[in-house]
Amino acid sequence: MNGENISFWEKLGKIDRRWIFLIIGLVVFIPIAFGLRMTVHVSPAVKSAYDTINSLPEGSVVMISIDYDAASMPELQPMLKAILRHCFDKNLKVVLINFWPLGLPIGNQGLEEVAREYGKVYGVDYMNLGYRPGDIAVMLRMGTEIRSVFYGDIKGTPLDSLPMMKNIHNYDDIAVVVGLEAGSMGDAWVQYVNARFKQDLILGVTAVMAAGVYPYLQAGQIKGLIGGLKGAAEYEKLVNHPAFGHIGMASQSWAHVTIILFIILGNIGYFMERRRKRGL
Amino acid sequence: MIMFILLSTITVKAFDTPNDGGKSITIKAYNVPETVKKALVYRKTEGDTTYTLAGVMSILSYRFMDADSTIKNGKPYYYRVDFYFPDTVISVEADSPGIAYAQWYDKTKTSSLIFLIVFSTFVLVFIQLAKKDPEGLYIRKIPALDAIDEAVGRSTELGKPTFFVHGLLGITDAGTLAALTILRRVAKKVAEYDTPILVTNYDPIVMTASQETVKQAYTEAGRPDAYNEKNIIYLTYEQFGYTAGVDGLMVREKPGAIFLQGYFFAESLILAETGHSVGAIQIAGTTAKEQLPFFVAACDYVLIGEEMLAASSYIGREPVMLGSVKGSDWGKVFLLAIIGIGVAIGTIGSILQSAGNGALMNVFEKILAFF
Amino acid sequence: MLKKQIPLAITFITGVIIVVTFFIPHPPFGRLQQDALTWYSVIFGFTMLLGVDSLVKFHYTKLRRREKGWWFSIVFYCGFLLSFITGVISEIRFGDAFNINSSFMYFYNTILVPLQSTMFALLAFFIASASYRAFRARNIDATFLLVTAVIVMLGRVPVGYMLWHKLPDLTSWILNVLQLGPMRGIMIGISLGTVAMSLRLILGIERTYLS
Repeated sequence: MNGENISFWEKLGKIDRRWIFLIIGLVVFIPIAFGLRMTVHVSPAVKSAYDTINSLPEGSVVMISIDYDAASMPELQPMLKAILRHCFDKNLKVVLINFWPLGLPIGNQGLEEVAREYGKVYGVDYMNLGYRPGDIAVMLRMGTEIRSVFYGDIKGTPLDSLPMMKNIHNYDDIAVVVGLEAGSMGDAWVQYVNARFKQDLILGVTAVMAAGVYPYLQAGQIKGLIGGLKGAAEYEKLVNHPAFGHIGMASQSWAHVTIILFIILGNIGYFMERRRKRGL
Repeated sequence: MIMFILLSTITVKAFDTPNDGGKSITIKAYNVPETVKKALVYRKTEGDTTYTLAGVMSILSYRFMDADSTIKNGKPYYYRVDFYFPDTVISVEADSPGIAYAQWYDKTKTSSLIFLIVFSTFVLVFIQLAKKDPEGLYIRKIPALDAIDEAVGRSTELGKPTFFVHGLLGITDAGTLAALTILRRVAKKVAEYDTPILVTNYDPIVMTASQETVKQAYTEAGRPDAYNEKNIIYLTYEQFGYTAGVDGLMVREKPGAIFLQGYFFAESLILAETGHSVGAIQIAGTTAKEQLPFFVAACDYVLIGEEMLAASSYIGREPVMLGSVKGSDWGKVFLLAIIGIGVAIGTIGSILQSAGNGALMNVFEKILAFF
Repeated sequence: MLKKQIPLAITFITGVIIVVTFFIPHPPFGRLQQDALTWYSVIFGFTMLLGVDSLVKFHYTKLRRREKGWWFSIVFYCGFLLSFITGVISEIRFGDAFNINSSFMYFYNTILVPLQSTMFALLAFFIASASYRAFRARNIDATFLLVTAVIVMLGRVPVGYMLWHKLPDLTSWILNVLQLGPMRGIMIGISLGTVAMSLRLILGIERTYLS
């Protein structure tokens, strides 16, 4: 065989990545365009998160921390909306807080959108603390008094003039903190707020971070874990409100299958080429 | 009758909030029926005739921390809690006044203190041993650090620049400081080989530190004239803006070697794949455990977690630095021993408990509570 | 000599104080850590100006000398001025630049959000090409990695449940048990490495940050 010709098997093992990009693009786009859906199976980690919020009595306060920006919005915004629907269904009070300044408008948009659906009133049923720089310092000071770091809400309204904030001073008055994380703030919530103040935590993270958060779940430092778009779809199923999480599942499923097929093709090409070279 | 029963069961205690800086009193209620709707806490000082509202007790934990600005250390405060039930309101006074004090030591951090002392002792002992016997210390090879010369050499042969890409955390991060150590080594090599270098920064403080590091490296290499401050640039403080900027530079400049050093988030694979697509040799190092698989898949060499943090010791080979690495390794052995003992006690305790003997399990739970 | 000794002394004194005050809640020590973090935030705000200065000078030099790719510097200046001007106008007009009706938010929603999402979406393509290239069963370890990756990839999507109803449980076991130990080991290693490095910094053994 001519050494200058690249064998079929070698080509199979070295497919131009642009073909891979094209096929992945089509595999992601087509299910969304044609509205394909798949049945979602709920995992124990997400069920645990759901049960934690579900067990709260009416009027309990849930603090949701928006620690992501537009880049992670496709994965984490569906989680936010599903959790908000759950909270408003159960007449729980919601306090939003931000540690990523670019996530401020995104979190606020999600909150206002879902609150409108349920006819909830700002200042009575939900409110938004906004953003303060300082990260860990802010978390620690909220353990004593929220007003020591947030004098007013996102609009500058003094906290004491909001009916729901009259009885909320620190973590003792908050039933559970839900951190929606695209970065390292989740570790800070666990290491500072859960460790020092024994605050119950639920973390919603991007899929790539989920594997690193399982130690916290296993150790009982967090009550539940919602990982990636699939986690969002599972939570949507639990609250009986399929939305963007469900829409993305078909695309994600077929993308994973396509990647696996490419891996198989690559390995076939690798083994056949290795066999061919040994035979020469 | 019911009211009498409720009154006799509910107790309220007021005490100094433990392990704090003072001016805070904790009020805790015990044996409160679950039918309680809300609980209001009232306070008065010695000499007062009436109580004033102090706040609302949490009906999740039945605990209220009174950290009002009027609270003074050493002064007794009397408390009453009004419990609101569906049909009635029960008022219970605390059995004794609460007096706030500031503590000099936080007992909840005892385990951290013990570990700090033990770990520091190991490090300091091995530093002293290293000073006495510098040749006696062995550290295994770290291929990624050995490959720095190879990578810069490859860049030089190809006539292409070397890129150094900092991660996304600031100067307070240990990984960023380790990256600066590696940058110094890389910069010294590029100065010696007269290869262009481009250092991209996400954080302005890291940029100034990088400028100083590279300048010093060029001076050490005997090429202070070749240093160009404009090669160390700040791109943006936005994650994907930084990624897009670095990717654009990679695609346009086509470096021969790329160093991805620091703490990275989701952009790690984007950077590594783009670097691979331009044909550069890539050496990554990160303390971000979630990004390690992506770097391992896409880069030629990877510094995993603490390998990066040991870089300064490995590169400098000073006995004192090597001693500190050795000491931290022994600190890890100590921690592993504690974990092993804990696992053994917990496992045996669990087995014995299921057989009816819970004594060892109680010991295990006490150990867990201590930590 | 003083150029190095003074920063080392400052590092040592502040490092020891912060470590000691971690254990002492009594004033004035108890709040020192939080106050130090607050001071850092304030200083960081000012250093952003340094970064902006560096960036503006970098692109100005490129424009002036008509260096390769100088037109990208025009794009930079347009984006920079657009954000700055709309931010200031929105702040004046609405009292809050993040007001949903402001021009700043309009550009945030129409430019920044799609751009950020697009960059993040690149991961889908790159993960495919990286997986295709990296997951080769060259030896027994690589084969284990490949098989585990396939199981987790399938188990984390609805297709996995359709193929075998136990696959999500197997994936959970892999994530909760198999990978948990190594992940914890790496976390412990990194934490101990950070403690050791911090000790070296405080004691002045590690001086690379001083240059």
